[in-house]
Amino acid sequence: MPGTVQSIERAAAVLRLLAAAPDGLGVADLGNALGLAKTTVHGILRTLHQVGFVEQDHTGAHYHLSDAFGRLGESYLDPNELRSRAINWADSLASRSGEVVRVGRLVEGKVVVVHHVFRPDDSDQDLDVGTTLPPHATALGKAVLAYDASGASRPHKLEAFTTRTIIDPARLAEELAAVRARGWASEFEEYTVELASIAAPIRGLGGLVVGAVGLAGRVERICDSRLRHRADLVTMVRATADAIARDLREDA
Amino acid sequence: MAEQYVAAVDQGTNSTRCILFDRRGRLVSVAQREHHQLFPRPGWVEHDAGEIWNNVTRVVPGAIKQIGASPSQIVAIGIANQRETSLLWDRLTGRPIGHAVTWQDTRTDRLVTELAGTEGADRFADLCGLPLTTYFSAPRIKWMLDHTPGLRQRAERGEILFGTMESWLIWNFTGGAKGGLHATDVTNASRTMLMNIETLEWDDRLLEAFDVPRAILPEIRPSSGVFATATEVLPGVRIGAALGDQQAALFGQTCFSAGEAKCTYGTGSFLLLHTGQEIVRSKHGMLTTVAYQIGDHPASYALEGSMAVTGSLVQWFRDGLGMIHTAAEIETLARTVEDNGGAYIVPAFSGLFAPHWRSEARGVIAGLTGYITKGHLARAVLEATGFQTLEVVDAMNADSGIALTALKVDGGMTANNLLMQFLADLLDVRVVRPMVTETVSLGAAYAAGLAVGYWPDLEGLRSNWHRAGQWMPHMDPARRKTEYANWQAAVQRTFNWIRPEDQEL
Repeated sequence: MPGTVQSIERAAAVLRLLAAAPDGLGVADLGNALGLAKTTVHGILRTLHQVGFVEQDHTGAHYHLSDAFGRLGESYLDPNELRSRAINWADSLASRSGEVVRVGRLVEGKVVVVHHVFRPDDSDQDLDVGTTLPPHATALGKAVLAYDASGASRPHKLEAFTTRTIIDPARLAEELAAVRARGWASEFEEYTVELASIAAPIRGLGGLVVGAVGLAGRVERICDSRLRHRADLVTMVRATADAIARDLREDA
Repeated sequence: MAEQYVAAVDQGTNSTRCILFDRRGRLVSVAQREHHQLFPRPGWVEHDAGEIWNNVTRVVPGAIKQIGASPSQIVAIGIANQRETSLLWDRLTGRPIGHAVTWQDTRTDRLVTELAGTEGADRFADLCGLPLTTYFSAPRIKWMLDHTPGLRQRAERGEILFGTMESWLIWNFTGGAKGGLHATDVTNASRTMLMNIETLEWDDRLLEAFDVPRAILPEIRPSSGVFATATEVLPGVRIGAALGDQQAALFGQTCFSAGEAKCTYGTGSFLLLHTGQEIVRSKHGMLTTVAYQIGDHPASYALEGSMAVTGSLVQWFRDGLGMIHTAAEIETLARTVEDNGGAYIVPAFSGLFAPHWRSEARGVIAGLTGYITKGHLARAVLEATGFQTLEVVDAMNADSGIALTALKVDGGMTANNLLMQFLADLLDVRVVRPMVTETVSLGAAYAAGLAVGYWPDLEGLRSNWHRAGQWMPHMDPARRKTEYANWQAAVQRTFNWIRPEDQEL
């Protein structure tokens, strides 16, 4: 039998004690109750605080369970928070690639656009923040769908938008496995003819995918002469997703 | 040849950052360190200048390391800084005398009232373009010299130096006590109340009025032009520019022509309108300030409307009231309701700034009923920033005689879509966000890169500017009118809260 992880056992014990103490507990209280050194308890509390399970009171002396702990099944990252973390990096991606950039997240079987940066050519474009995209027919969608463990957010019916849209569930499953294997998603005329897109998942604490960032544009700009997605753009998109993720993890 | 970059150092109110930009004005790396806010007494806000310089010595190498570049790839340093924050230091040891007293500090409240006397707050406006308030440096210098025993005598003997934060940084970049350059730029000098707005030189009448010895003052230089070559942190790299942060943002938004305006939304918010080489005197509570000066060209001027509490109202909602966990969550909360439900928050936390300039005003939440939820309050918090912008735009339009047709926005709050849409609705103009939101740093980089020939001219910079997002007005005109009338009624209720007898400390 593989070994168990001691720090997780201790964290679970801390959570149980906090759940039983409506007024919250201090580091010393927890250390005494569990027979652990203060520094150990402190490290556990800091980690639990970082992942959002535990909160500190006004004085910083007492810890209690967060509201979010009781709603673990819900999305833990506020979409507006995701946008404010992504904004600098998304801008930079748009100006380097010259293409439209979007940040999206999966909500009830749709990809909701959380942030949208215009293509930097000063042409007329409308902000589409808050609108939805089909997850199976866009790179942004595949990049989040590939990491959706529950299946609860899967689209019920795979609607065809072009002749290239993937409408066979088995083929979609293969495609998503490929996304997981290489760490980024692509799409070629599957949503709109003559357009293609590239996206990468944004991983928050513990590797949890909280959304995706990607670019979209005309096929001749996104793909090379052999109609493969351009490697330099893929690198840029992945670096952008990593930069946003780093920002999210550092300041959590 | 390896790619070259300009390093912008933004010495802000809460943090110090270094951002590297490439030739197309694109952000390539960011390093940031926060510093402590010191509150020794109610109304006092100080910074430790030693801590700030120490942060500079970390973020600059940090930003370079982040992209695996070498210091030799940096062609120039541009500095943007929190304005009016004032510091005295010892010329010989290089050590700060006490802490830097920040722009938010209101300790000179009484002094300012005394100085205004019977002639009123505008008695120096003809000379320096500014009204007497606690905001600007000169009363603060007088306070510091008067409250440290023996300091005035030492200052007169030339042993003490004064500077706003860019002067402190330039001095330290160039060796500090070992031969550092003691200099400021026209934009920062224009915020001291000691510089003549027409001659761009220290004015003896102002020095006398504020009792400031000339010996402590730095040399005034153009904003864009080589100050010196750094000997510390980035030895051999030229310091190509220094500008106050808001002027830097105007520059970064490439507002190079008369009539162009930008508003930066941060802790406080600042709307600047370029007025060309003309000095426009406001009749509606705007400030007259220097926009920038490039080398030996004539200076450009601007009208400025300052809103003291905008992003900081969201921070108060988060930290003071605990309604939200992160600033960004306010949008989520605000979207739980359709409108403000009739509630208006006027955040006159330390009086009202432009266009009212009422230091005795204090904040109110008006229109409270049992119907109001925290969602409505979240809306009212965001809308307060919109209404304050409208007041400033109205005043600017009246002063300049030109109606604003579009507003270029930047700063952290532009990530808030609900606020940006509300602004477009309320102002009834297009609200445009540029591709680089970090316009303060970008402006400092542009001005520095221009000085060393990294960029050829202003037109070259203009072509770097691209639209990243845009919000169009949709609000029904009748509703706009009612909302603004409600806000104005709420503002009336903030007046005369602090009575003169309360001010005795």
